[in-house]
Amino acid sequence: MTGKGASVVIVGGGVTGLSSAWWLARAGCDVLVLDKGIVGWEASGRNGGGASHYHSPLYAEEQRLWPLMDDLLGYPTEYRRERVIVAMSPAQLASYHKMAANFNALGYAADHIDSRQALELAPLVSPQNLGGIHVKFGGHANPQRTVQAYAWAIQDLGGKIIQNCAVTGFQTQGGKVVSVDTAQGTFGCDAVVVAAGPQSAMLLEKLGISLPLAAARAEMIVTEPAPLMAIGGVDGNGLYGRQTLRGNLAYGGGPHEWLEVSATGPAARPTTPLMRNLAKRVAELLPSAAHLRVIRSWAGIVENTPDGRPVIERFTSPSNLTAATMSGVGFGLSPASGHAIADLVLQGQCSFTDLTKLGLARFADLPSDWREQRGWVAISPKGS
Amino acid sequence: MPPNFDGIDRAAINGKLPRPERTVQVLIIGAGSAGTAAAIREAKLGAEVLLVDENPVSASLMGLDTPLYFGGRMTTAVQRQERMIEQIFASNPALEEALELGVDVALATYAWGAFVNGSGLAAMPQPVVGLANEERAWLVGFDKLILATGARDIPMAFPGWDQPGVMGAGGFAALVDRYNAFAGQRVVVLGSGELGLKTASLARAKGLEVVAIVEALPQAQAMVGSDLADIPLLTGQVIHSAQGGLNGVERISVGPVGGPITDLACDTVVISIGMAPAIELLNAAGGGLTLDSQRGGHVPILIGEGATTLPNVFVTGDCGGLGTAQDSQSYQMAWMRALLGIGDGQVIVCQCEEVTRSDLLGVQPPNYLQRPEKLAGRDVHTLLADGPINQDQIKRLTRACMGACQARRCREQVALTLACATQSAPIPLAGFRAPVRPLPLKVLADWDEAAAMTTGWDVWFGIPSQWVPYVDIGTEREAAQMVTFSEDPA
Repeated sequence: MTGKGASVVIVGGGVTGLSSAWWLARAGCDVLVLDKGIVGWEASGRNGGGASHYHSPLYAEEQRLWPLMDDLLGYPTEYRRERVIVAMSPAQLASYHKMAANFNALGYAADHIDSRQALELAPLVSPQNLGGIHVKFGGHANPQRTVQAYAWAIQDLGGKIIQNCAVTGFQTQGGKVVSVDTAQGTFGCDAVVVAAGPQSAMLLEKLGISLPLAAARAEMIVTEPAPLMAIGGVDGNGLYGRQTLRGNLAYGGGPHEWLEVSATGPAARPTTPLMRNLAKRVAELLPSAAHLRVIRSWAGIVENTPDGRPVIERFTSPSNLTAATMSGVGFGLSPASGHAIADLVLQGQCSFTDLTKLGLARFADLPSDWREQRGWVAISPKGS
Repeated sequence: MPPNFDGIDRAAINGKLPRPERTVQVLIIGAGSAGTAAAIREAKLGAEVLLVDENPVSASLMGLDTPLYFGGRMTTAVQRQERMIEQIFASNPALEEALELGVDVALATYAWGAFVNGSGLAAMPQPVVGLANEERAWLVGFDKLILATGARDIPMAFPGWDQPGVMGAGGFAALVDRYNAFAGQRVVVLGSGELGLKTASLARAKGLEVVAIVEALPQAQAMVGSDLADIPLLTGQVIHSAQGGLNGVERISVGPVGGPITDLACDTVVISIGMAPAIELLNAAGGGLTLDSQRGGHVPILIGEGATTLPNVFVTGDCGGLGTAQDSQSYQMAWMRALLGIGDGQVIVCQCEEVTRSDLLGVQPPNYLQRPEKLAGRDVHTLLADGPINQDQIKRLTRACMGACQARRCREQVALTLACATQSAPIPLAGFRAPVRPLPLKVLADWDEAAAMTTGWDVWFGIPSQWVPYVDIGTEREAAQMVTFSEDPA
């Protein structure tokens, strides 16, 4: 490392980059996080806060870590265990049962519940519910509090975070990234992590790496507080979300809008009348709360890979580069993804799980029109 | 092309957002003097005009200080909607003229959002405004939108401000002048600028007793008219506390910041230090704003006569900027600095979320969370070291401005408090997002949802390969695990 900089520079202060930096700092590494804006400002702080992802190879580590995170970070995340997922249609019930089967196959208990049990576990739920599943682990946390907890924990360990400092390029030498360029100057590094959400594609392009990503906007709503349910992680009826510890009902789901995102990130994160369809589903699921007022909506910009699965990879060229996108499912997995990424940076491989199926090589034959094939393209503006 | 890709993402928003149930040539939000004048002007030009106003708002929303800071000083008259509507017509005779010209006047109708394609949004089939009454919500399209939403109150905290009888100049004027539904008798006015003196004059004209006008600065901030000459003008003084009982304020203490204090018997304190242009709809729709102290704070960027940066969206009246001779931000800052010298850290700043001054400046979490030791080392100054203060970030941590009143009572004063504490004025605007009026889930809900929305609904992105368990990837089990969580599994 030369000049100002750090042993590891992490590009992107979202939840994945922050967790990576925190794990690296815990391992005694000198870290610097660079973010174009404020830490956790994009999708990392604008999501449902769920933490139950059976599909991921990081799942077991996610489950192991969440109950420990408040203590490990030293700041509250509002993590709460358990989830109740309630169906209002037969199709929903079938998909939730399928989800339970996958949880149980991994050895984590998720029970089928009937309509009456759903009401007992979550008193705001509709008596017309068709039952669902009770996930006895997993849970949810407050994304906004958690991202700040990571950032503060990094600083407590001596790591540095520079906000409002967009990365514009990299300098390489001898097959390694030796420094990172920003408007605030160049930062030297021994290793670099790129975890910049939708902007990762544009950043990696500068290093000759093609990471196929498409970004879209997703929306959520929140109500004034409702009486606290014993389990706050209640969703279903096509929604994801949670009751916060304050009592607010925060829910999202439904259609997304594909966007073109520039290197400087989204210029705006508007919400739409989709909030009415969200309100309908929350009122159906929790009719005892239907009189509660919706007080805000918000949107986040989320990136996806062509198969919706993460890319987590330590590259061979440049050999000190690690990059990650969690493809739209990053918050809940963050305690584990950061651990995996830190392992890749420090040891070249993940110490606790296999990640080989999440390599970029799987997209080697991806046609250039993959977004058009899937219909993942921005709506062309019209003069309406 | 692989057989499972047909160029269409069924879970995307394309074609799912509905068209409005009605489209009008000219839609005007706000039937105050400016909005009504605009309606008459447009109607005379031959346009089809829909003039919408949320007043009379429901008594329960008035209790939530929406849209103005009513401070619980309403009489029970506000619960009788017919009488309130009569009052609105009586106080604004031009409304009758608008009706005679064929303007469609919709009172008691909330405008909770404006949605136009622009930065980050291309899915709207056409520009719309979201409207609602107490029963349901709906969308109305427009060829031209004129926002005439007026101005909002700017409350400021002091010990005892969180009780009935502490209110804003806008809420006071609405209750006294428009509704004849003010429940107080003896008024103290905070602020001696144009707004404060106007408030005092209005109170006098309505036969109320004005006990005093209190001014934090050393002299009156506007020319005191002869009608107010006998009212005590307490310059260089602030309110130290309000004390009261079940019905709210009964007396207050005033004096210089360092004391001594004098007690004044009164039932109402009207905070008349400033108002903010009501820019919620424009901000939520993505319209450009600028901070202009001479126009009252955050105001629309105007690119022509009343023209905002959004196509076919115009502003008129106070929401486009307050014509004030005063440097509004400096005056509000001076008052905030003085008030921060009164009371301790336990003064509530955000009433809904019960956030105190010290928790706001200490960026501490709410009381239902534990405060680990390390949090004591964090405050607004350590955040400042990370970069410029962002009110939305502090909102996430402290919950100040997160409440049911949608930050009507604390948005500006939190910004002013942060600015005073960090000497980093001005704090950027904490953004507004729809619904800009708090609407019940069952009212906001689209109960006649389009079939395309229902069948295409997926809990997340509807990418079948996303949820395949890792162990199954690349095995014969993978195909069976390709699922979406949509309503239409086919």
